[in-house]
Amino acid sequence: MTVVSTAKDEAELTLTMVAEYDASPERLWQLWEDPRELERWWGPPTYPATFTRHDFFVGGESRYHMTGPTGDTARGWWRVDAIDRPRRLDFANGLAGEDGEPVQGMEPMSGHVTFEAAGGRTVMTVVTRFVDEAQMEKMLAMGMEEGMSLAIGQIDALLRSAAT
Amino acid sequence: MPLRRGSCAACGPVAPPISYNHMVVVELAEHEVDRIFQALADATRRDILRRTLRGGESVSSLAGHFAMSFAAVQKHVAVLERAALVTKERRGREQVVHAHAPTIRRVADLLDAYEQLWIERAHGIASILDSEKGDRA
Repeated sequence: MTVVSTAKDEAELTLTMVAEYDASPERLWQLWEDPRELERWWGPPTYPATFTRHDFFVGGESRYHMTGPTGDTARGWWRVDAIDRPRRLDFANGLAGEDGEPVQGMEPMSGHVTFEAAGGRTVMTVVTRFVDEAQMEKMLAMGMEEGMSLAIGQIDALLRSAAT
Repeated sequence: MPLRRGSCAACGPVAPPISYNHMVVVELAEHEVDRIFQALADATRRDILRRTLRGGESVSSLAGHFAMSFAAVQKHVAVLERAALVTKERRGREQVVHAHAPTIRRVADLLDAYEQLWIERAHGIASILDSEKGDRA
């Protein structure tokens, strides 16, 4: 059973996801390190990913594209900022243009991934930091304010009740 | 440009260069996003938005909730209006302010999208690991 929890932190501009797996940290690490394994889960089911480059060392970069149901292509890149096998990975993840290269002037998000062994299982934590998303900060500030009074679920409920 | 089935990176027309996790961000024009977030960066405006979500409220009635002039409240409403977060409707001598649902929904979608993406990835990893257990059994 995989336990997944998520949290949004307004002050830190982060989205944190925690998942627990019945596998070793080494096995989970392979799923990030081996591009053929990474391709199996990085893209959503409707947008499978293909990594054409995956230099999994500090300073190394990756290039990938995801192919949608109509053959449409979305492109992205990674840059590995820190690696401590099989415990920690820091990487930047940005948007690429049609040439597959990073879009200039668009800051990447950063991902901080840790793997902690716990009784034969592994807790994987992924923290996504919206480096350049000043907008995201304001967004999150809105959601957190006053006990999430404007939180998504409530907005939806209000919109639904307004529609009836 | 129409997309052909089976078109690929190197051999045909491609969709706008966006990655899945940026898709929601990119769907909103940049200036549009700026206006939305600037509008939401102010506590008074968020409060106005909350009140108008419950139903239309006139500018003068809104002004009654805040320790500021009618003109100041009107300015806040104008900022929300430029961001398409509210719409104004003239009703007799009154200006009635309504929250504009489509924009609010898209803002909410932005946060949801990132969360959803990572939940899908976590489940993707789980199913890979589960299939391996099946192989061993």
